[in-house]
Amino acid sequence: MAKVVVVTSGKGGVGKTTSTAALGAALAQNGQSVVVVDFDIGLRNLDLMMGAERRVIFDLINVIQGSANLSQALIRDKRLENLYLLAASQTRDKNALTEKGVLQVISELRKKFDWVLCDSPAGIERGAVLAMKHADIAIIIANPEISSVRDSDRIIGLLDAKTERAKNGQEVEKHLLITRFDSSRAGTGEMLEVDDISDILSIPLLGVVPESKDILSASNLGIPITLSNKNSTSAQAYRDAAKRLNKEDIPIIIPTKKRNFLAGWFSGRAA
Amino acid sequence: MNFFKLFKQNKSAPIARERLQVLLAHERISTGRSELVSRMRQDIVDVIARHVGIKTDDVRVKINHRKSVFTLKIDMEVPTAQDSS
Ligand SMILES: Nc1ncnc2c1ncn2[C@@H]1O[C@H](COP(=O)(O)OP(=O)(O)OP(=O)(O)O)[C@@H](O)[C@H]1O
Ligand SMILES: [Mg+2]
Repeated sequence: MAKVVVVTSGKGGVGKTTSTAALGAALAQNGQSVVVVDFDIGLRNLDLMMGAERRVIFDLINVIQGSANLSQALIRDKRLENLYLLAASQTRDKNALTEKGVLQVISELRKKFDWVLCDSPAGIERGAVLAMKHADIAIIIANPEISSVRDSDRIIGLLDAKTERAKNGQEVEKHLLITRFDSSRAGTGEMLEVDDISDILSIPLLGVVPESKDILSASNLGIPITLSNKNSTSAQAYRDAAKRLNKEDIPIIIPTKKRNFLAGWFSGRAA
Repeated sequence: MNFFKLFKQNKSAPIARERLQVLLAHERISTGRSELVSRMRQDIVDVIARHVGIKTDDVRVKINHRKSVFTLKIDMEVPTAQDSS
């Protein structure tokens, strides 16, 4: 059965698009069919992260408006044959994204793929609500920083109120993915602790991605980090997160630059 | 050199955590869960209105939750005989 996942945050610039690309590629590497969908109308970026910007001819809005069909707009990844992208439009008219249109596209994608990953725009407005509307699972991206955690809480409120699942009295399965984690500050009392964030938001942890220069070079290359630099700790964190989405039970490693005997101290499992 | 001061001065994270806990407890009531409150209020009013004449405004519903304790407070003004004359 297809799973629809929204990658969301409230706050901007925390790593939603980076994470959508990295997780999409990691799930596809596991052999499942995946489509990553850019809901950031007017500010599309997922095509850049996937290195597909020059191959976008039709986009989500074209499909919704009927000027292209879905198979014309799906862009197959150059590296993985079971990974696809549905780009956002560059149009300034955000109302081009309609509720009915989103429903129709998501239902079609459900039939074709194992995973539908929706990259949400920042904010708590209409665009973010439409991106989460049909989600079965939400990945909430947060940075270990007070304003990001606050905005995550707002988004969790929306997931419990505005989604189809919420309206049917069901719950969206929620996961916390902490990104841009400064491993040299872990455990020093300078940065919010991973467990505290997860407790405050009361949602389980999917993973912790360290702040890393590898992410920048991956975006420069237009290759998701899980494909471009498989040995980096960030790639490892995303790969593990993808496995947890598949219900594999693997321990969460909190990245730390402390010496080994302390590394054991700071690593832990999510509740 | 003050070794202890070096340890102390960087611990701002516990303060951030506390501020967040206080802030979110308030925001959850005034945003995400406000719908729950207003729906419950309406249901409560509907039940009581079957027996006594009250208006929605006469009922105040408040939800509070700290860690594991969840409290629901209902305040209601029931009109007396003089009011409805
Ligand atoms: N783990 C990381 N380490 C270092 N840089 C990162 C990391 N994750 C994301 N970034 C950088 O942060 C910036 C924002 O990332 P990204 O575009 O993925 O965020 P976003 O949440 O999608 O932003 P927006 O809200 O604007 O859509 C990018 O420059 C990206 O390279
Ligand atoms: Mg983005």
